Amino acid sequence: MLEGILLGLSTVFSITNIMMVIGGCLIGTFIGMLPGLGPMSIIAIMIPVAIGIGDPSAALILLAGVYYGAIFGGSTSSILINAPGVASTVATSFDGYPLARQGQAGKALTVAAIASFCGGTVGAILLLIFAPMLASVALLFHSAEYFALMVVGLSAIAAFAGSGQVGKAVMMTLLGLMLATVGEGAQYNMPRFTMGIMDLQSGLSFITLSMAMFALPEAIYLVLDPTRSNSGTGQQGQIKELRISRQEAKRIFPVIGRQSIQGFLIGVLPGAGATIASFLGYAVERNIASKEEQDQFGKGSVKGLAAPEAANNAACTGSFVPLLTLGIPGSGTTAILLGALIALNVSPGPRLMVDNPQIFWSVIISMYLGNLILLVLNLPLIPYIAKILAVPRNYLIPFILFFTLMGAYIGQNNATELLMLVGLGIGATILRFADYPLAPLLIGFILGRMLEDNFSRAMQLYDGIHFITERPMTMGLLVLAVILIVLPMYRARQARLRSAEGD
Amino acid sequence: MTLDRWIAFVFLLFCLIYGYTAFFVMDDQLAPFLKNNPVWPSTFPKVLSVGGIIVGLFVLLGFEKNVAAEKPPEINYRRLGDYKLGQALLLLGLMAAYALALHPIGFLLSTALFLIVGAVILGERNFLLVIPVALLATGGVWYLVQVVLGIFLRPLPFFLM
Repeated sequence: MLEGILLGLSTVFSITNIMMVIGGCLIGTFIGMLPGLGPMSIIAIMIPVAIGIGDPSAALILLAGVYYGAIFGGSTSSILINAPGVASTVATSFDGYPLARQGQAGKALTVAAIASFCGGTVGAILLLIFAPMLASVALLFHSAEYFALMVVGLSAIAAFAGSGQVGKAVMMTLLGLMLATVGEGAQYNMPRFTMGIMDLQSGLSFITLSMAMFALPEAIYLVLDPTRSNSGTGQQGQIKELRISRQEAKRIFPVIGRQSIQGFLIGVLPGAGATIASFLGYAVERNIASKEEQDQFGKGSVKGLAAPEAANNAACTGSFVPLLTLGIPGSGTTAILLGALIALNVSPGPRLMVDNPQIFWSVIISMYLGNLILLVLNLPLIPYIAKILAVPRNYLIPFILFFTLMGAYIGQNNATELLMLVGLGIGATILRFADYPLAPLLIGFILGRMLEDNFSRAMQLYDGIHFITERPMTMGLLVLAVILIVLPMYRARQARLRSAEGD
Repeated sequence: MTLDRWIAFVFLLFCLIYGYTAFFVMDDQLAPFLKNNPVWPSTFPKVLSVGGIIVGLFVLLGFEKNVAAEKPPEINYRRLGDYKLGQALLLLGLMAAYALALHPIGFLLSTALFLIVGAVILGERNFLLVIPVALLATGGVWYLVQVVLGIFLRPLPFFLM
């Protein structure tokens, strides 16, 4: 293995390649900040450039830089303007945006960058050591287990079900699940709930819903209440608070460690990917946190920010396991990378390590290099990025609204999508007036389609619902989901009873 | 009745319509050979609608005591008049207008107008700054998205195409 790593290092380290990765990181970060252009679309856009280079290692290094840059850029828009453009950064905005509102945008970005970097590092180490072994384990996961995994992912909504809010949170989740059933699913060749509207045939798009649920109501709140934009994000506050205190570092490092490993393992499963990893990471960390810290989740907890970021990045690295060892792309991004690799005359799969060891190792080393360069480049840039929030309100708000609209428009070139965005945004604002949590709606929507597809696939394979009892892993995961939902409710009830006795 | 219970009421109506479609309308469109499947396109919606009706009633009838309600809301919807409601509504209208204008008058013109009018609605009167900023930003985004990334955004009005 050491020989392989050295081979990879010698292929990767050259002036041209380093320039490639720096260029890729910068392009990725800046384009990734536009909601609507996630890592997947940016890589797809960069493929012609990469193929034009000709040398597979250099091309991969460029793509790796773009990839990590885009992930960081996506987190930036989630944290600064509450506009998560990619499903895997939705969980980042849960705590990242509240932190930014408290004037700690710089710190939030730093935590996100460090957590991502550590997630990527742990992921890369695990990838080096366990790739072939994990590939065979990942194949043991069938649709029944995926279904159960999605149910565990749904338990992340517990974080938004505060006291007296359980009914509302569940209601929003169900609404999200219902919205996910609109359109033509992968399993059935018939449109559902489209009301004959052609634009709904392919379902509601994630980006429209995410902008409508998070970014737009927030922008409307900023308009309604002018004091809101000045309350936390004072001009100096965000830059002063760049550093993480020793105490905070102590709190987040165990979180990052745990979530890097957990995220990596989830990322290895083809199809589960970074989104589930980030939600699960958030849910698990919240459940094992102490009572006081639990109350902080969703209100600007550094733990709640570090967990999804570390898990997300580790999962992205993990998704390279099935790609490199089996040739199975586990996520949209890896599918596009697979296409790029094939165009560069490299076919990933079991033979890759034997036939083209230098490619195998240079992929891993270049992914890691991308991760490292990103941290080095972006840490000094963070104060400047955070300054976006210091732009005067009269300019900032039209731009937030414009980027929200662009996010929904770029992908589809469909103006109806924008009208839907405005309509859904008004609905979301009314829901927010009445103190309904909106994150569960989006979680339900994201997980809904995967949940239903895997459920129906399992039902068809087993010709009935008995797969739950027949497959111990499915049963185990479902039991875990029940525990994750019931335990916090039980603990909250106990705490309430105790305080009532105290009174 | 408070707003959150009104919302629960609307949600309940939505679930009833959704459930009606799932239970009584969708299955008729199913191809005969698909009827042997253990799971139908309507299976998941049926489960969801039943769940939705139960939860909707739960919230509507106020079974849960809202402890969080004691803290003051970020925006008090009962006193919307105290906030900049006019600005918010105008901006929403502007967004809808932008959506409708994007195709006929092209990306460059509609975006520049959107940014300028948006800033003016928010009270900006320094036109010497607003107009160049809006034009620069519009041109920049268009150059980045269409020229660099190759995603087509019809730049000009329909009569100049």
